Order: sequence, then C-alpha cells, then structure tokens
Amino acid sequence: MSSIADTFRDEAAELLQELEAALLALEETPDETALVDRVFRALHTLKGAGGLAGFDIVAELCHEAETTFEEVRSGEHPLDRELVSLTLAAKDLLRLLIEAEFGGAPVDPARVSRLLTSFRQRLGENYAPAAGSGLLTENAAPGLSTYRIRFRPGPGIFRQGIQPQLLLGELCRLGDAVVGAQLDRVPPLDQLDPEECHVYWDVILTTAEDENAIRDVFIFVEDDCELGVQLIDNDGLLDDAGDYKKLGEILVERGDLPEADLEKFLAEKKRLGETLIAAGVVAGGQIDSALAEQERVQRLRRERQTAETSDSIRVKSERLDKLVNLIGELVTVQARLSQLANGREDAALLAVSEEVERLTWELRDQVLTIRMLPIGSTFSRFKRLVRDLGDELGKDVMLFTEGGETELDKTVIERLGAPLVHLIRNSIDHGIERPEERRAAGKPAKGRITLAAEHSGANVLISVADDGMGLDRDKIRAKAIERGLLAPQAELLDREILNLIFLPGFSTAEQVSSVSGRGVGMDVVRQAIESLRGSVEVSSEPGRGTRFTLKLPLTLAIIEGLLVDVGRERFILPLADVEECIALTQADAAAAHGRNLVNVRGELVPYVPLRETFSLPGERPAIEQIVIARLDAGRVGFVVDRVVGEHQTVIKNLGRFYQGVSGVSGATILGDGHVALILDLPQLAAQAEQRELLACR
Amino acid sequence: MGKRVMAVDDSATVRQVLHMTLEGAGYEVVEAIDGKDALDKLGRTSVDMMVTDLNMPNMDGIDLIKHVRQSPGNRFMPIIMLTTESQPEKKQEGKAAGASGWIVKPFKPEQLLAVIRMICPA
Repeated sequence: MSSIADTFRDEAAELLQELEAALLALEETPDETALVDRVFRALHTLKGAGGLAGFDIVAELCHEAETTFEEVRSGEHPLDRELVSLTLAAKDLLRLLIEAEFGGAPVDPARVSRLLTSFRQRLGENYAPAAGSGLLTENAAPGLSTYRIRFRPGPGIFRQGIQPQLLLGELCRLGDAVVGAQLDRVPPLDQLDPEECHVYWDVILTTAEDENAIRDVFIFVEDDCELGVQLIDNDGLLDDAGDYKKLGEILVERGDLPEADLEKFLAEKKRLGETLIAAGVVAGGQIDSALAEQERVQRLRRERQTAETSDSIRVKSERLDKLVNLIGELVTVQARLSQLANGREDAALLAVSEEVERLTWELRDQVLTIRMLPIGSTFSRFKRLVRDLGDELGKDVMLFTEGGETELDKTVIERLGAPLVHLIRNSIDHGIERPEERRAAGKPAKGRITLAAEHSGANVLISVADDGMGLDRDKIRAKAIERGLLAPQAELLDREILNLIFLPGFSTAEQVSSVSGRGVGMDVVRQAIESLRGSVEVSSEPGRGTRFTLKLPLTLAIIEGLLVDVGRERFILPLADVEECIALTQADAAAAHGRNLVNVRGELVPYVPLRETFSLPGERPAIEQIVIARLDAGRVGFVVDRVVGEHQTVIKNLGRFYQGVSGVSGATILGDGHVALILDLPQLAAQAEQRELLACR
Repeated sequence: MGKRVMAVDDSATVRQVLHMTLEGAGYEVVEAIDGKDALDKLGRTSVDMMVTDLNMPNMDGIDLIKHVRQSPGNRFMPIIMLTTESQPEKKQEGKAAGASGWIVKPFKPEQLLAVIRMICPA
C-alpha cells in the first residue's frame, strides 16, 4: 500500500487531466452544462482529496475555483474565455504545487496568491473562505494496527481469583505480541506481601482487532487496574515518514521518563539507555520494553516499504482486460478440444487434452485472482470516515459492514470508492438525526449505517442503509420544482419522486454544510455507477431510514455454471446459486394438484418449469430434474429435462438489443459451438411469483 | 481428569446447561443447589473453580462468595457469578465480595467458555 500522499499524487494527475479536457471542451461549447459539471466535479474531488492528504494550498485554490464554477452552474456568473484561462492557469499551478512536494521545483507563493486574488475578485461579494476541516476523502485501508499496552493490575488481583498471566495469554491470542514484565515496583523482600501483585506488564501487540477487543480482555479487572492502550502504528495511516521514534521519545510518551530529564541525559551524548539505567532514572525492564516497541514498529514499516516496492508493478487495466478476454477464448477452445478428444479412442490425444485443460484452469484462476479483490478492505476504511464525519456534524454514528468477503473486480472496487463516500456522507448529513432528535423519536441515540455487499445471480449488490429520518417526499418535490427540474403539475410515482435526487444540481440540505458539499453528490454517484454498467436504486421509509442499493454486474468474464438441457435448448445456471438436484416424476407433479410445489425432505419448495417459462416445444420426459437454488427469497427449484454437468462459463454480453430481456443475464458459447443462455435465477423466480399471484386472483 | 468446577444454581435447567457445557469442554462438574449446599460440598471435596447464581434460597450467591473467600484453601479460587441484565448493581456487590468475573444470563455456551478460558483454562 502506498502512502496517502502517493495515492493523492496519482489521483490528482487523473483529475487534473480531466479538468483540462473539460475546460478545453468548454471553450468550444460554452453552453454545455454537462461540461461545467465535469469541471466542477474535478475541482470538488481534488479539493476534498487534497485537504485530507495535507495539501492545504491545493485545497484552497480548488475551493476558490470551485466556488466560481458553482456560480457559473447556477447562472449567476457567465462563463467567459477569461475564466477558462484562469482555471487552466490554476490547473498548471496545482500540478506544480503537487510535484513540489515530490521533489519538484518549489512554487513561488506570490503566484498562488495572485491566482487566488483573481478568483476572489471575480466572486466579489460572494466570496466565502474555504471550510476548514470539512475536507474529506477516502482514507487508506487500515489493516493491522500496533498497540502499546500497559497493564498494571491492582495489588489484590490474586484475591479476586484472577491470574494475570491468563489475561496476558488471552491478549496474545489477538495477534502478534511481545510481553515484557516490569519488576521495578516490586518492594524489597522484607516488605513483600506474597499475596499481592507488584509486577506490571508492557505489551506490544500487532493485531487486526480494535481497541475495544483489547479492553474487553481486561473487563473483569478494569476498575481495579491501570490500563493504557495506545495506538502506535496503523499500517501507514499514522505518520509514516522515515524512522520510528527515538528511545527517549518513547519513554517520555509512556510516562517513564520526565521530558526535562530526557534533555538533561541527552546532553551527555552517551548511549541513552545505559545512561538512564546507570543513573537509576528508568528501570531496565522499561528500557527493554521501549526498545521492543521501537524494533517492532521499525520492522513493520520496513516490511511495508519492501511490500510497496515489490507491489508497485503498475499494469494498464486494459492489458488485464485483454488478458481476461484471451483466457475466455482459451477456455472455449479448450472445451472444444476436450469434446473432440473424448470422442476419439486416442489415449495420447486425450492425455494432451487433459493437460491443456488443467493448465487452462490454472491460468484462468491466476488471471482472475489478479483482478478480484474482496471489498472488505474498501469497507473498513469507511469506519474512519464515518467517525470523523459524525464528530464534525455532532451525530453519533456507527458503521456496520456485511459481506466484506464478497469479491469484485479490482477496477470496479477502485471506482466504487468515491460513490460510496458520497452515499455515506449523504446518509450521515441528511439521513441520521442528531442524538436528541433520535431519542425524541424513540430510536437509539446512536445511528447505524450498514454497508453490505452480496452476490445476486450475476450481479453484486452493494447497499448503504441508514436508520435515519428517511427522505422527505414533499421536500424533494418542492426542491425539484424550485430548481426547475420538475413541472409543478407533474404526477409522479413514489419511486420517481425519490429518483429526482439523482438529477444534477439537486440538494435537499437546507443548510449547505461542508460535508454534503453543494449537491455534487447524488448525480455523481449515479453517473459513476452507470459508467460501471451498474444501476443505483433508492428506497426510503419516513422515520425509518433510507437505503441505496448499487447493482453491479460481475464484469468478469468467467463463472462456474451448471449446464442443463430443456428440449433442444441448453442453459447455464450459475453454480454458486445451486444447492442440489432432485428428480421430479410426473406422479410427484400430479400430487401437487397443479401447484408448482415439490416436497424436499419435508420442506415445500416452489419450482419454475423452464419449458413453460420459455415456451419451448417438445414432450416432457417421464422423469425431469429440479435444480434447487438458494436465492434471497428462499429455496426455489428450476425444472429442466437433464442436468449435463458443471461448465466453465465464459460470459458473453447479449448486446444492446437483448439487454432488456429479463431472466437472462448473458450467453456463452459451448465447446461444440452452440450458444447457451445464462439464466438470472432471482429474476426468473420473481417473475414466476408474479404469475402465481396473478393466477390466484 | 480435568479441572473440577462447582456449578451452583437453584434452577435444575441452569445446572444442566452448565454441566453439559463444562463437561463438553473437559471439566469435571460438581453440582450444588444453593449456597448452603455448595459450602457443604466444598467441605468434602476440593474444586478448581466455582460458577454460581446470585439469587438462591438458603444462602445467596453473594454470601456464598464471602464464605468461600474466608476459607483458607479457596482464597484464590476463580469464581464466576451468573448475573442478569435487570440487576447490574449486583455485579459490583459480587465483585466486592470477591468474585473474579461475571456472565450475564442468558448466555451462550461459547460465551461461558470464553470467560472461563480467561479465568481457569481446562
């Protein structure tokens, strides 16, 4: 993982390029509002990211430019050639400012202030200084954290029936720990009460758990003991530059050495540890423990740096796309080879074919793993965002995550970061109420935001749900009319009203806060998700909360499928959904009296006859097969003529013309050149349910 | 044989849950139906740990803990008390009497074992 500054440098390079492209296009077609939006968004994102990465001047400059463009967007200011030139100049300066931090030539501060002044003059009375700490963007993912723990039990701990070493053992289970016992408080033998505990312990623990998990270990003794837990390393989130702290600093931080003494002993210019022990100021155990801390953190940071250098082969994502496409072709060709080889009595050919099959699968797995990442690392970094935003807005919010193990294509994950930040910001700012309002509404004072990911057929669903006040339909409607986005007499369905929030320039916040920004949020989210060929839906219950659901296709071209026959057609069912296959005799079907239900070991499972669903010709065989799938809605069976077997399925898009066909998510080419449709089981089940309902009426 | 635990509760159900959970984790279990019964049995057999309810007839859990702490052989014995959400103040009272820790009823077997692992591993 690279440092925040490095990440920002890469991101900024892209944003600046986008900014320039949009500005130049704007010069050609000044009336194109979409272009103004693009400029605005690039500046907005750059401001947020720069502020967080510590590039304050960059953030300030972006703020001025952004404010100016907001006026252009709202029509208060005309867009003229001068503003485009000014912003282009700002773009060049921003690049220099960022490069200056990475060893580029320093930038003359006068240039910055001249440019700032130019922007402010254009704004005139509308000038407002940048909001200080409201600048937020994604943080780097926290992985392992390292804590410095000091546990000094009360002297009576033994009489409470508790043995400190068991607690320390429990602590060691949380991660990689170094435990050092400190003996400097043990009294001389003649004053020693053997039933009392005088030893205390310093532990350096590297763990994936948080501070609460550490404190939980000491829950039975926390009232009677001294317990210090300090975060000293956070996988690059804390100050990561260069070496870790010096021995003296660590001792002062721990309270083992007064700062004034440190200066005195440092002046002696000898080895500090030895000097301190000799002077009797600090105990040997304390020095050992501080050295252990220093060694641990330095090792972690060295490892991280090595990992960074060996990890940093950057490959253009289009090359990976190309690779995945080629693997797809290879898998198809290999299937043909297998089929050919199996049809001939040629042992040598068969051996080669099996070898090719094995290698192809291995190659496929390797290439896929290059691109697939669990979304959990993206989720976990939002914890910090939620906490900081909650603090800033005076709201008490906890983030819960589910399905972090769900794997998604790397590019999709990367491009999801920004939209998810926007959604979470919106939930905290507009959704979650202040603690006192929540209490008054009979809800727990702490708001919850749940970030969840799950597979749904050939899609991944990612939802951001809050338990806040929900969306106010009347307010949305009024705002849309006020903004000229909606005709006053228009009649809309509930869903359509909610969808108004995705229009550019829409914002329901009565007070524009630095968090939600200026309504740059929801339209950007929709655009970003649509650019991933996904969709975003919102549902909301007044007083209960709001849920945004992002539906993203598994862009990856290969899935494990179950190949089945119905008549002369072949279909692929995603194997991930399939639980089991059972036989359906005509007697079974008759026993259900025309209802599509089958008894699976005592449980009634509804089934969907695919022959009828797709109106396929041909006679039903005497014994059909039901493929039982586990869907969100429960277990559902799909009736087919014959189960052929597992199939490595290379997904081909159906093309624009068939995109709207429901129940089918794609197609694949079989080894013999035939085309098989890939079924979207949840959709098929939902359709069948609809039909049942209609039939019941 | 593993360590011996005394499970003290006037409810037969709770005793059985404790018995099965602890035995499954490799402990030998001695049951007692109230504080008085527990003290009687403690006089005849030695145990490594005690898990006790607080509200019991004859002698309640707090008194039991106080008595146990006064007997020389059991001054350092781990004692877990079973508390309920409705009586958080009992937790402090029990701790003052000398309990090592507590578990809130109703609990899951794995929660009980997690607590016992920190206090008296098998």
